[in-house]
Amino acid sequence: MKNFLKSTFIVVLLSTFIIGCGPKKKNDSGALGKGAAEKVYVKPGDHDEFYAFISGGFSGNLTVYGLPSGRMFKEIPVFSQFATNGYGYSEETKPMLNTSHGFIPWGDSHHPDISQTEGEIDGRFIFINENNTPRIAKIDLKTFETTEIIEVPNSAGNHSSSFVTENTEYVVAGTRFSVPVPQRDMPIKDFKGNFKGALSFISVAPETGRMDIKFQILMPGFNYDLSHPGRGKSHGWFFFSTYNTEEASTLLEVNASQNDKDFIAAINWKKVEEYVNNGGGTKMPANYAHNVYNEETHTATSTMKKEVLVVNPSEIPGAIFLMPTPKSPHGCDVDPSGEYIVGSGKLSANLTIHSFSKMIKAIEDKKFVGDAYGIPILDYDAINAGSVKQAGLGPLHTEFDGKGNAYTSFFISSEVVKWKLGTWEVLDRKPTYYSVGHLTIPGGNSRKPQGKYMFAMNKITKDRYLPTGPELEHSAQLYDISGDKMELILDFPTHGEPHYAAAMRADLIKERSQKIYSLEENKHPYAAKKDSETKVVRKGNEVHIYMTTIRSHFSPDNIEGVQVGDKVYFHITNLEQDFDVPHGFAMIGQNTSELLVMPGQTKTSIWLPKQVGVWPFYCTDFCSALHQEMQGYIRVSPAGSSVPIKWSLGEDIE
Amino acid sequence: MLIGVLLLGGLFVLPLWNITLEAPQYPEPIGMNIHINKIADMNPNDVQNINIMNHYVGMKDIPETLPEFEIFPTVVIVMMALGLVVAFFLGHKWYLVWFILMCLLGAAGMYDFYLWEYDYGHTLKETAAIKFENSDGSPMAYQPPLFGTKTILNFVAHSYPRGGAYMLFAGMLLSVLAFFKGKKEVTS
Repeated sequence: MKNFLKSTFIVVLLSTFIIGCGPKKKNDSGALGKGAAEKVYVKPGDHDEFYAFISGGFSGNLTVYGLPSGRMFKEIPVFSQFATNGYGYSEETKPMLNTSHGFIPWGDSHHPDISQTEGEIDGRFIFINENNTPRIAKIDLKTFETTEIIEVPNSAGNHSSSFVTENTEYVVAGTRFSVPVPQRDMPIKDFKGNFKGALSFISVAPETGRMDIKFQILMPGFNYDLSHPGRGKSHGWFFFSTYNTEEASTLLEVNASQNDKDFIAAINWKKVEEYVNNGGGTKMPANYAHNVYNEETHTATSTMKKEVLVVNPSEIPGAIFLMPTPKSPHGCDVDPSGEYIVGSGKLSANLTIHSFSKMIKAIEDKKFVGDAYGIPILDYDAINAGSVKQAGLGPLHTEFDGKGNAYTSFFISSEVVKWKLGTWEVLDRKPTYYSVGHLTIPGGNSRKPQGKYMFAMNKITKDRYLPTGPELEHSAQLYDISGDKMELILDFPTHGEPHYAAAMRADLIKERSQKIYSLEENKHPYAAKKDSETKVVRKGNEVHIYMTTIRSHFSPDNIEGVQVGDKVYFHITNLEQDFDVPHGFAMIGQNTSELLVMPGQTKTSIWLPKQVGVWPFYCTDFCSALHQEMQGYIRVSPAGSSVPIKWSLGEDIE
Repeated sequence: MLIGVLLLGGLFVLPLWNITLEAPQYPEPIGMNIHINKIADMNPNDVQNINIMNHYVGMKDIPETLPEFEIFPTVVIVMMALGLVVAFFLGHKWYLVWFILMCLLGAAGMYDFYLWEYDYGHTLKETAAIKFENSDGSPMAYQPPLFGTKTILNFVAHSYPRGGAYMLFAGMLLSVLAFFKGKKEVTS
């Protein structure tokens, strides 16, 4: 008994001790510091200071958030069909999802990046890559709609994408999986030396933003994981991290982790550009889709392109070099000055930082330690600027605050580590919940980061929110980084699997955001721009209904003469010219999604009537006080019936 | 006097009057600018959007043409011509005559505006989807105020003069001042 009491006493004492010394979860912001709640509180009706565009990963989409509130404003459909508004279902937007493999309803979106002018983000466009079926999309930030998608040939697992150069000269896409180029039937085991890794430089027209693959560099068959542009002094160069320089085709988790060092490839794209402008490179047959959405016809067209210009590194000596970087580097991030290239060897505890000026010097002095398929490998010691030692486990990505500090995410140790550029000392570390992938600072990939907030996008959620069964949304945490120490101020769920995000001050984008589409400028071939232009036209077994919507009716709303076996096209024009007055359209038994038609827009969906009867359609968006009255009927007669085509509004069909 | 007359020209450029509507769904109010020859959007598409709102209670569309849009400009041109004649060829007593004439015409214009507003707010379609009644059981009318601010259902309507009217008032005021100045010169 005595012993029992004694041991109980010791246990109690020990636990008190442990609890007392355990990690303090409380926010230590000091008596004068503002509370976390106050920092993230945006009062009702007020606007956030920053936009955050967070990739949806396997949702294929891009989501728009406000910071610091963490409120979600919109999901922009990009690579996946979106039944919510008809993207990828409507006749106008189906071509957006066309590829060389035909129509693909889903995509895996990864790394958004906002267009730049002179190294600063300008908020005109946002680009995002699709990993599975290699594509790059452009979203216009006037309308927050996807307006262009280009497929990337000779590529697979389009992962080291879609980062833009300092003046948006190019948006760059690199292949994660090397493949035979051109594709052919060959034994998988012959991968080594035979597969190629294509790095694609897609030019962006300065005014229109129109994309075009200017050239592809056919690199050795490594895995090209991530990339970033040079800026300032290193403008004109692009850096790509690689792994699997072992060129293994099976059990990569072991076989691609054998080399002590892989590479960061440094590409002098200005030199390659000059080479191709002077007629260099080879035009090779290809087949890839280029899909463009026209905002005047409200319609996308898909064009198959049949040729791509390829360049082999051996043709342009002095343009491409390999920088040895320890242990399968993932992130490859360039600081705002353009001097430091941070390689995050994901199997290493250290971060490796290369110096751009040392790299240039080493190239001049020919400090090479060998070559890979003819590409010079630079001497590690000659280019290395330093390393952040034992910073954490599993470093992935680094962003910068513009005040000389860098922030790196560590997946395995689940934390963000703040360190100093130049001295490489660790200044602070904060846990993330759990296993952070990317992190973002507004303006991060530019010369001028807006270093007030940083947010971590995590891969594991577990207990952070109310449970929702086995499948959870991912979690993100927002940190105030304006002080010496990072302070966790908000935890919010994100949609899909956010890989990366681009964020920027709201003012530039906010001013330009469009409210309606001008009906006057609507050039859709099937638009009915006023009531008198509505009609129903039969062409063989196709029936085209030119229909309008305005509060609170469809015109026409009574239609007869449709027959079983017809293909009925509803071309719906929303005549509204008022901000935020969309109308929806749904037809009973239609084997497709609804349409959500914005003011001034025309959208089309198809219905294949299978049964005779009188079938209703209605408005799906609660548009007005008489929304429930916004409905109509279509009479379906048997095939070959003599009931003529007729339509009306506000009177009985005679 | 000459400046006063020329100020009337402003009526051809600037709106005479403005009616602005505020509602919970319109954080940016919608409104119409009333010119001597047209009714125009305050912001793009406002007139269309006002018509859409008003059709639920059976109000007519805001007219694109009215006889007044022909008459008003003619009257203004005639008055300007008269004013020029007065300014160059006639004595200061005529300044006052011109001013009084302007006042009478102005009052007639306002009365005409009131009649249109009354008709616009009271003549409702029989088939209106929404019919409101006043507490005494009479059908509710939606006439905007002639001058001032008034609450009509979910809308707050503001009706005030605009640049054109201010130039008109200034012009009329100048003619009166010119009269008194002329009178003073004669007596001294």
